[in-house]
Amino acid sequence: MHMADALVSPAVGGALWAATAGLFAWCGRRLKSSVEGPIVPLMGVLGAFVFASQMINFAIPGTGSSGHLGGGLLLAILLGPEAALVVLSSVLATQALFFADGGLLALGANILNLGFLPAFIAYPFLYRPLSGGRRSGARAWAAALLSAVAGLQLGALGVVLETRASGISALPFSGFLLLMLPIHFAIGLVEGLVTAAVVSFVARARPEAAAPADFSKRSVLAGLLIGALGIGGVGVWFASDRPDGLEWSIAKMVGREDLPRSEESVHQALEKVQEATSVLPDYALPSGAPHSSGVPEKAQTSLAGVAGGGLTLLLAGAAGLFLQRRRS
Amino acid sequence: MKAAVADLDDLGRRSSPVHRLDARAKVLATGAFLVTVMSFPRQEVSALTPFLFFPLVLASLGGVPFGFLFRRVLAALPFALLVALGNPFFDRVPVGVGPWETTAGWMSFSSILFRFLLTVLAALVLAATTGVDRLTDALGRLGLPRVFVVQMSFFYRTLFVVGEEASRMKRSLLIRSHGNKAPSFRSVVSLLGHLLLRAMARAERIHGALRARGYDGRLPSLGRRRAGWTDLGFLAVCGASFAAARVWNLAEMAGRWAAP
Repeated sequence: MHMADALVSPAVGGALWAATAGLFAWCGRRLKSSVEGPIVPLMGVLGAFVFASQMINFAIPGTGSSGHLGGGLLLAILLGPEAALVVLSSVLATQALFFADGGLLALGANILNLGFLPAFIAYPFLYRPLSGGRRSGARAWAAALLSAVAGLQLGALGVVLETRASGISALPFSGFLLLMLPIHFAIGLVEGLVTAAVVSFVARARPEAAAPADFSKRSVLAGLLIGALGIGGVGVWFASDRPDGLEWSIAKMVGREDLPRSEESVHQALEKVQEATSVLPDYALPSGAPHSSGVPEKAQTSLAGVAGGGLTLLLAGAAGLFLQRRRS
Repeated sequence: MKAAVADLDDLGRRSSPVHRLDARAKVLATGAFLVTVMSFPRQEVSALTPFLFFPLVLASLGGVPFGFLFRRVLAALPFALLVALGNPFFDRVPVGVGPWETTAGWMSFSSILFRFLLTVLAALVLAATTGVDRLTDALGRLGLPRVFVVQMSFFYRTLFVVGEEASRMKRSLLIRSHGNKAPSFRSVVSLLGHLLLRAMARAERIHGALRARGYDGRLPSLGRRRAGWTDLGFLAVCGASFAAARVWNLAEMAGRWAAP
């Protein structure tokens, strides 16, 4: 899954390097106090372990192919996300420099796809809650499988999006996606199994070896929230105003973008409800509103983006809280 | 695989005018090279050719054998080919090249392969003329947080040791599986688990030994020089050449001059 330089445009490579640099600064700050502690030699050694274990292929029964450990999730479980990211960066950098496995311009992208996604997303949001702190047993195995698969799927999606955004390869988006996702699903299964097996092996031999528990999920959430605000507030200005897939298909068939209004009473009743509740119809201020003509269109769209994002967050959060309360 | 790292490590320790350049200058020059090469439009091929000078000149001045370089490039070629091959299929807009006709897809295919060649060569030459220690030190001085630099040092040094242990274990595993090329899941997991445990024990020993000798998180590096006029001159010449080669198609200009 390592992206080569030949496929990445400087804009995409540079943007992802900027994000990676931010991530590095963050990890550097979090790990500053442990630089002279025992964790750094451990990180170096585990990096060498991951690198070396990638040489060891094993047969996947029933498929006739072989696989090897990727290591992102395993490192996060043993070291915590920040340290895992540092280790993975050095492994990826070595692979890029020495073996041309992944380019240097694309290294930022690779660190995000193969390091950030398993260590900062799959591990804290999937593995930790699902495994409930256990390292062996059925629950830990299931957690590892799910997290590994999810992490690799996200990584594969990242690769496809970045290739597309770079515009150098002419591979069609959907075709590429259809190729990448299933393969990495299988690879994810293998990764999950190997990770779970190694983790439970180690847990039995060394029960005290555990990742530090002070990782802040809140910081990742804050980062994602800022990202969502950025996209909802500014990114939407660049959204295409061409008809979306459904509207386009309807237009081709019927000659206009929306179907004629139905005479059924149910439809009409629901339509009335929608008219009453839609504060920002079609993502802009309603045309009859007192100030709508004075507000520039971009501001209206930003308002819709941010308000919509905030509302979704509230609803999702409330649903989550509600479900949590019911379970306990 | 370990032999590959060892080769590059050897080359990185040699001495030559290129090796003596400040590592930060080399890192920055390589970065500028990569960005410039990748900034060309999709189908550009001829304008990329002058860029070959950068890695090849540095390699010859730095004593890096060309055969070694090209073997590495060949080894990494399959993946780039795999993705680049899609282009001639999907992009069939006809395009004229001198007196011949071809498609835009083949042009971008060639461009991708050429870029691949250039970027891989640049990375290899950087590693072969600098060595990992000086490289990570340079990155640290350019702003990489200390934990990355220190960890990279440990990682690199332990790589050889752990790698050797892994290949010993792999060999004994193969011997015990009666020559089946790919051993079973269970045996590999057991091997990995033991390797991991040994790695962790080794890390503890290393840390203890370091602390006993007064380690405080900083790895002292010998032979650090301040950047001199040679290094700045090198950077300036590289920067100017890259800019010129990007703005004008030097290969085309040379062709026109040679055959008006």
